[in-house]
Amino acid sequence: MLNIKKKADGTTLVLALTGRLDTNTAPDLNNAVNESIEGVESLIFDFKDLEYISSAGLRVLLASQKIMNTQGSMVIRDASEEIEEIFEVTGFADIMTLE
Amino acid sequence: MVNEIEVRALPENLQDVLDFVDEQLEAMGAPRKLHLQMEVATEEIFVNIAHYAYAPDTGMAIIRAETDCDNQQISISFMDEGKPFDPLAKPDPDVTLSSSDREIGGLGIYMVKKRMDDMQYEYRNGKNILTITKGF
Repeated sequence: MLNIKKKADGTTLVLALTGRLDTNTAPDLNNAVNESIEGVESLIFDFKDLEYISSAGLRVLLASQKIMNTQGSMVIRDASEEIEEIFEVTGFADIMTLE
Repeated sequence: MVNEIEVRALPENLQDVLDFVDEQLEAMGAPRKLHLQMEVATEEIFVNIAHYAYAPDTGMAIIRAETDCDNQQISISFMDEGKPFDPLAKPDPDVTLSSSDREIGGLGIYMVKKRMDDMQYEYRNGKNILTITKGF
Protein backbone atom coordinates (compact mmCIF):
# COMPACT_ATOMS: atom_id res chain seq x y z
CA MET A 1 0.00 0.00 0.00
CA LEU A 2 1.37 3.40 -0.97
CA ASN A 3 -0.06 6.82 -0.31
CA ILE A 4 1.33 9.73 -2.35
CA LYS A 5 0.73 13.30 -1.24
CA LYS A 6 1.58 15.95 -3.85
CA LYS A 7 2.38 19.52 -2.98
CA ALA A 8 3.19 21.94 -5.79
CA ASP A 9 4.61 25.38 -5.05
CA GLY A 10 5.69 27.28 -8.14
CA THR A 11 8.36 25.17 -9.82
CA THR A 12 8.86 22.99 -6.74
CA LEU A 13 7.08 19.67 -6.42
CA VAL A 14 7.08 17.68 -3.19
CA LEU A 15 5.93 14.07 -3.18
CA ALA A 16 5.43 12.71 0.34
CA LEU A 17 5.21 8.92 0.44
CA THR A 18 3.56 6.82 3.10
CA GLY A 19 3.77 3.04 3.15
CA ARG A 20 5.65 0.72 0.83
CA LEU A 21 7.27 1.28 -2.55
CA ASP A 22 7.34 -2.19 -4.06
CA THR A 23 6.63 -3.93 -7.37
CA ASN A 24 2.89 -3.38 -7.04
CA THR A 25 2.94 0.27 -5.94
CA ALA A 26 5.90 1.56 -7.96
CA PRO A 27 3.76 2.14 -11.09
CA ASP A 28 1.56 4.53 -9.04
CA LEU A 29 4.60 6.62 -8.18
CA ASN A 30 5.79 6.52 -11.75
CA ASN A 31 2.43 7.87 -12.89
CA ALA A 32 2.38 10.53 -10.18
CA VAL A 33 5.79 11.77 -11.29
CA ASN A 34 5.01 11.73 -15.01
CA GLU A 35 1.68 13.51 -14.50
CA SER A 36 3.21 16.48 -12.73
CA ILE A 37 6.84 16.69 -13.78
CA GLU A 38 6.48 19.20 -16.59
CA GLY A 39 8.03 22.54 -15.67
CA VAL A 40 9.28 21.28 -12.30
CA GLU A 41 12.72 22.58 -11.40
CA SER A 42 12.96 21.15 -7.91
CA LEU A 43 11.60 17.66 -7.22
CA ILE A 44 11.57 16.59 -3.59
CA PHE A 45 10.67 13.13 -2.32
CA ASP A 46 9.73 13.08 1.35
CA PHE A 47 10.54 9.59 2.66
CA LYS A 48 9.75 10.24 6.33
CA ASP A 49 6.85 7.77 6.34
CA LEU A 50 8.18 5.36 3.75
CA GLU A 51 8.66 1.95 5.36
CA TYR A 52 10.04 -0.13 2.52
CA ILE A 53 11.63 0.13 -0.90
CA SER A 54 12.58 -2.58 -3.38
CA SER A 55 14.33 -2.40 -6.74
CA ALA A 56 11.01 -1.54 -8.41
CA GLY A 57 10.98 1.66 -6.36
CA LEU A 58 14.61 2.40 -7.10
CA ARG A 59 13.88 2.13 -10.79
CA VAL A 60 11.21 4.84 -10.55
CA LEU A 61 13.64 7.06 -8.62
CA LEU A 62 16.33 6.54 -11.23
CA ALA A 63 13.93 7.38 -14.04
CA SER A 64 12.91 10.54 -12.14
CA GLN A 65 16.55 11.47 -11.56
CA LYS A 66 17.26 11.13 -15.26
CA ILE A 67 14.39 13.52 -16.05
CA MET A 68 15.45 16.04 -13.40
CA ASN A 69 19.05 15.94 -14.68
CA THR A 70 17.72 17.81 -17.71
CA GLN A 71 15.41 20.29 -15.98
CA GLY A 72 16.54 20.93 -12.43
CA SER A 73 17.31 19.03 -9.25
CA MET A 74 15.98 16.11 -7.23
CA VAL A 75 16.32 15.48 -3.51
CA ILE A 76 15.25 12.64 -1.24
CA ARG A 77 14.52 13.69 2.34
CA ASP A 78 14.38 11.87 5.64
CA ALA A 79 14.88 8.31 4.42
CA SER A 80 15.08 5.77 7.26
CA GLU A 81 18.38 4.14 8.13
CA GLU A 82 17.38 0.88 6.46
CA ILE A 83 16.36 2.62 3.26
CA GLU A 84 19.57 4.64 3.26
CA GLU A 85 21.46 1.37 3.47
CA ILE A 86 19.73 0.11 0.36
CA PHE A 87 20.86 3.30 -1.36
CA GLU A 88 24.44 2.66 -0.24
CA VAL A 89 24.51 -0.97 -1.38
CA THR A 90 23.19 -0.17 -4.84
CA GLY A 91 25.35 2.90 -5.38
CA PHE A 92 22.25 5.08 -5.46
CA ALA A 93 23.63 7.12 -2.56
CA ASP A 94 26.30 8.41 -4.95
CA ILE A 95 23.99 9.39 -7.76
CA MET A 96 21.10 10.82 -5.76
CA THR A 97 20.92 13.60 -3.26
CA LEU A 98 19.82 12.43 0.17
CA GLU A 99 19.09 14.91 2.91
CA MET B 1 12.20 -26.11 11.52
CA VAL B 2 10.93 -26.25 7.96
CA ASN B 3 7.78 -24.62 6.61
CA GLU B 4 6.66 -24.15 3.07
CA ILE B 5 3.94 -22.58 0.98
CA GLU B 6 2.97 -22.99 -2.63
CA VAL B 7 1.50 -20.06 -4.55
CA ARG B 8 0.82 -19.19 -8.14
CA ALA B 9 3.74 -17.01 -9.22
CA LEU B 10 1.87 -13.75 -9.83
CA PRO B 11 2.95 -10.30 -8.59
CA GLU B 12 -0.37 -9.90 -6.77
CA ASN B 13 0.49 -12.90 -4.59
CA LEU B 14 3.65 -11.22 -3.34
CA GLN B 15 2.05 -10.14 -0.05
CA ASP B 16 1.15 -13.73 0.83
CA VAL B 17 4.76 -14.73 0.32
CA LEU B 18 6.03 -11.78 2.38
CA ASP B 19 3.57 -12.62 5.18
CA PHE B 20 4.87 -16.21 5.19
CA VAL B 21 8.50 -15.06 5.44
CA ASP B 22 7.60 -12.54 8.18
CA GLU B 23 5.93 -15.30 10.21
CA GLN B 24 9.09 -17.41 10.13
CA LEU B 25 11.20 -14.43 11.21
CA GLU B 26 8.77 -13.53 14.02
CA ALA B 27 8.95 -17.07 15.32
CA MET B 28 12.74 -16.73 15.49
CA GLY B 29 12.60 -13.34 17.18
CA ALA B 30 14.61 -11.84 14.34
CA PRO B 31 15.35 -8.09 14.56
CA ARG B 32 13.29 -5.62 12.50
CA LYS B 33 16.21 -4.87 10.20
CA LEU B 34 16.40 -8.50 9.16
CA HIS B 35 12.68 -8.52 8.36
CA LEU B 36 13.19 -5.69 5.89
CA GLN B 37 16.24 -7.26 4.27
CA MET B 38 14.51 -10.63 3.87
CA GLU B 39 11.35 -8.97 2.52
CA VAL B 40 13.30 -7.11 -0.14
CA ALA B 41 15.20 -10.29 -1.09
CA THR B 42 11.95 -12.26 -1.22
CA GLU B 43 10.27 -9.64 -3.38
CA GLU B 44 13.14 -9.50 -5.86
CA ILE B 45 13.29 -13.26 -6.28
CA PHE B 46 9.55 -13.94 -6.30
CA VAL B 47 8.81 -11.13 -8.76
CA ASN B 48 11.50 -12.47 -11.12
CA ILE B 49 9.81 -15.86 -11.05
CA ALA B 50 6.42 -14.23 -11.59
CA HIS B 51 7.64 -12.24 -14.58
CA TYR B 52 9.95 -14.67 -16.33
CA ALA B 53 9.81 -18.30 -15.24
CA TYR B 54 6.64 -19.31 -17.05
CA ALA B 55 6.11 -16.37 -19.41
CA PRO B 56 3.83 -16.02 -21.25
CA ASP B 57 1.96 -18.55 -19.08
CA THR B 58 1.82 -18.67 -15.29
CA GLY B 59 2.88 -21.41 -12.92
CA MET B 60 3.45 -22.32 -9.31
CA ALA B 61 6.25 -21.39 -6.94
CA ILE B 62 7.18 -23.16 -3.73
CA ILE B 63 8.81 -21.14 -0.99
CA ARG B 64 10.45 -23.20 1.72
CA ALA B 65 11.86 -21.65 4.87
CA GLU B 66 14.30 -23.45 7.13
CA THR B 67 14.87 -21.72 10.45
CA ASP B 68 17.70 -22.60 12.78
CA CYS B 69 16.95 -20.94 16.09
CA ASP B 70 20.12 -22.15 17.82
CA ASN B 71 22.37 -20.62 15.19
CA GLN B 72 19.96 -17.74 14.48
CA GLN B 73 19.91 -18.38 10.78
CA ILE B 74 17.22 -18.61 8.13
CA SER B 75 17.40 -20.21 4.69
CA ILE B 76 14.70 -19.63 2.14
CA SER B 77 14.46 -21.65 -1.06
CA PHE B 78 12.44 -20.50 -4.04
CA MET B 79 11.46 -23.29 -6.42
CA ASP B 80 9.73 -23.10 -9.76
CA GLU B 81 9.30 -25.39 -12.73
CA GLY B 82 9.76 -22.72 -15.36
CA LYS B 83 12.51 -22.13 -17.87
CA PRO B 84 15.98 -22.99 -16.52
CA PHE B 85 17.44 -19.68 -15.37
CA ASP B 86 20.43 -19.00 -13.15
CA PRO B 87 20.06 -15.47 -11.77
CA LEU B 88 23.58 -15.65 -10.35
CA ALA B 89 25.04 -15.95 -13.83
CA LYS B 90 24.12 -12.39 -14.70
CA PRO B 91 26.94 -9.86 -14.36
CA ASP B 92 26.41 -7.24 -11.66
CA PRO B 93 25.31 -3.79 -12.72
CA ASP B 94 28.03 -1.15 -12.58
CA VAL B 95 27.10 0.75 -9.43
CA THR B 96 29.76 3.39 -9.99
CA LEU B 97 28.12 4.90 -13.06
CA SER B 98 26.54 8.35 -12.96
CA SER B 99 22.76 8.67 -12.98
CA SER B 100 22.64 9.40 -16.70
CA ASP B 101 24.65 6.26 -17.47
CA ARG B 102 22.98 3.90 -15.00
CA GLU B 103 20.78 1.28 -16.58
CA ILE B 104 17.23 1.06 -15.30
CA GLY B 105 17.33 -2.72 -14.80
CA GLY B 106 19.57 -5.32 -13.17
CA LEU B 107 19.27 -4.15 -9.59
CA GLY B 108 17.06 -6.78 -8.04
CA ILE B 109 19.37 -9.76 -7.81
CA TYR B 110 22.33 -7.50 -7.09
CA MET B 111 20.56 -6.12 -4.02
CA VAL B 112 19.92 -9.66 -2.82
CA LYS B 113 23.50 -10.80 -3.44
CA LYS B 114 24.91 -7.93 -1.43
CA ARG B 115 22.72 -8.47 1.63
CA MET B 116 22.56 -12.24 2.01
CA ASP B 117 25.25 -14.30 3.71
CA ASP B 118 24.93 -16.98 1.06
CA MET B 119 23.10 -17.55 -2.18
CA GLN B 120 22.99 -20.80 -4.14
CA TYR B 121 21.34 -21.82 -7.37
CA GLU B 122 20.76 -25.24 -8.83
CA TYR B 123 18.60 -26.76 -11.52
CA ARG B 124 17.45 -30.20 -10.40
CA ASN B 125 14.64 -32.50 -11.54
CA GLY B 126 13.18 -29.85 -13.78
CA LYS B 127 13.15 -27.21 -11.04
CA ASN B 128 14.98 -23.93 -10.61
CA ILE B 129 16.02 -23.78 -6.95
CA LEU B 130 17.40 -20.53 -5.54
CA THR B 131 18.36 -20.55 -1.86
CA ILE B 132 19.27 -17.52 0.22
CA THR B 133 20.69 -17.73 3.72
CA LYS B 134 21.06 -15.04 6.35
CA GLY B 135 22.02 -15.06 9.99
CA PHE B 136 21.69 -12.49 12.73
